[in-house]
Amino acid sequence: MSAIALRPAALRSPLWILVWAVPIAALLGLAPWALDPYQTILLAYGLVMAIAVLGFNLLLGYTGLLSFGHSAYFGVGAYAVAFMVKYLHFQSMELFLLGTIVASIVVTFVFGYVCVRYTRIFFSILTLALSQVLWSLAFKFFWVTGGTDGLRVPTPKLLGVAFGEKEDKIQFLSHGYYYYVLAVFVVFVAVMWVIVHSPFGKALQAIRDNETRARFVGIRIRHYRLLAFLVSGVFTAIAGALWVPLNGLTTPDILYWPFSGEIVFMSVLGGFRNFTGPIVGAVVFNYLKTYAVGFTVYWQALLGIVLVVLVVALPTGIVGTAKLLAAAARRRFAQ
Amino acid sequence: MNYLETTKLTKYFGDTHAVDKVDFAIGEGEVVSLIGSNGAGKTSLVNLISGLLQPDSGRIVFRGEDVTNQSVQDRIKDGIARSFQIVNLFDELTVVDNVALSIFAREGKTRWFFTLADHYGAIWDEANDILHQFGLDLKAQQLAGGISQGERKLLDVAVAYALKPRLLFLDEPTSGVSTREKAPIMDVISSIVRSNRITAVVIEHDMDIIFKYSDRIVVMHQGLILASGTPEEIRSNESVKDAVFGPTHA
Repeated sequence: MSAIALRPAALRSPLWILVWAVPIAALLGLAPWALDPYQTILLAYGLVMAIAVLGFNLLLGYTGLLSFGHSAYFGVGAYAVAFMVKYLHFQSMELFLLGTIVASIVVTFVFGYVCVRYTRIFFSILTLALSQVLWSLAFKFFWVTGGTDGLRVPTPKLLGVAFGEKEDKIQFLSHGYYYYVLAVFVVFVAVMWVIVHSPFGKALQAIRDNETRARFVGIRIRHYRLLAFLVSGVFTAIAGALWVPLNGLTTPDILYWPFSGEIVFMSVLGGFRNFTGPIVGAVVFNYLKTYAVGFTVYWQALLGIVLVVLVVALPTGIVGTAKLLAAAARRRFAQ
Repeated sequence: MNYLETTKLTKYFGDTHAVDKVDFAIGEGEVVSLIGSNGAGKTSLVNLISGLLQPDSGRIVFRGEDVTNQSVQDRIKDGIARSFQIVNLFDELTVVDNVALSIFAREGKTRWFFTLADHYGAIWDEANDILHQFGLDLKAQQLAGGISQGERKLLDVAVAYALKPRLLFLDEPTSGVSTREKAPIMDVISSIVRSNRITAVVIEHDMDIIFKYSDRIVVMHQGLILASGTPEEIRSNESVKDAVFGPTHA
């Protein structure tokens, strides 16, 4: 077999992803016309969370770092938008996203600089502790943050176009805003796809697999971890910024540690050892939680049971299990 | 001038003198074996020179430059690479990814995150060429965690070799593999090292391999260098026989 024939570029062109990505994007584009507004808005929440979990999974799945503090970066995004509305009177969603990127880079760099010096449980606990610092600030500095009342965020201008006064807000969220979220989602999924398949992404996976060997091929571990932390934080913050107009309000709850737990849950639910797992996990969790809340007052217990079953029976998550089943089916078909 | 030279290199672990004021030197293009009983300080010496450990005192000079306080990454840039006694690979990456990653790092391309890795055709060609030299080309697309121990040992060396080292440390390249596999593995490694004129330091316990593949042998005992010489000189050295092979060795 020739050396050239073994080139991954020849075997797995990155374009193969378009075979299934384009039909899924097209289906998502049809959602506002096929689903009722409530379902479409639920789907928008799912896509927003998918961006957050994609960012989170760059650390967990690709770098081997479990963060229990990603609520902090989601909160940074949400509060950055709320502050821009309250103190700068901005209305443009594009400015919100730009401001969120700047704010999240600053916060993520400071937090990341401290956290990436450690690994395993020490890293997890540090991320948790730092997120709780932000939560307590949002909780206690109520004259700035609105405290438990939170801060309201009105409907933003999308691409310079203002929300019409006579327009129904539900209609806006389930159509105009949904498409805006979908477009940002597609862009961020594409960016993350390139990142994890780049030489940098390979280096992160090398650090995850064997830190000592990664050092001895010349990779500066902390620099790469910090960069991964930054990218991860920015993705999660962008999700926070997109979430606020959907929710209309931001409160300290999104900075509190159970929200970080939900992000971990979504990642495990979908499967954190593959690219699409976090996306599927975020969307499914969103429906699961919504219907669990409507089904029983003990919805947290129900989600807990789901998590236990998931870890015991489907450790590779929904996508990982689907891939295993598909491989088994292919083998059987080949026989 | 020696290619690599250590001067009074010292590393203590509590009361244990792992490396005790060692003066070790190697000439360009030499293949030197480090031998000694367990705990003699061979791996500690390699760990100090490669940067895995920091010395308590002493100097390391490589190609005329003091590298004692350099980072691992800077030593790699200078041309010092190593393999490991216990295989250190990226188990969830493919065999070819393991080698390609070394090349990406060597070329300073691992910082690039807006270009797909698969687009660097020349790097993948080089990685596959290296795998071909090591006889691993048919395993290229398998996960590194799923190949045999002998293949993992070869891949461990291939990952270090892909850095284009001037000085290569091979820490027990045949440990953990069957006796039958040892000679073929060493044949492959020796052929690549000699054809590329790489200066190499081999730690090994198998005396047949040491005597066959070394230009010179350095014997360590209790953190000190006990003897240094050609395979014939070492073979006939009585103090080496007593210290390394035991007094009953024939």
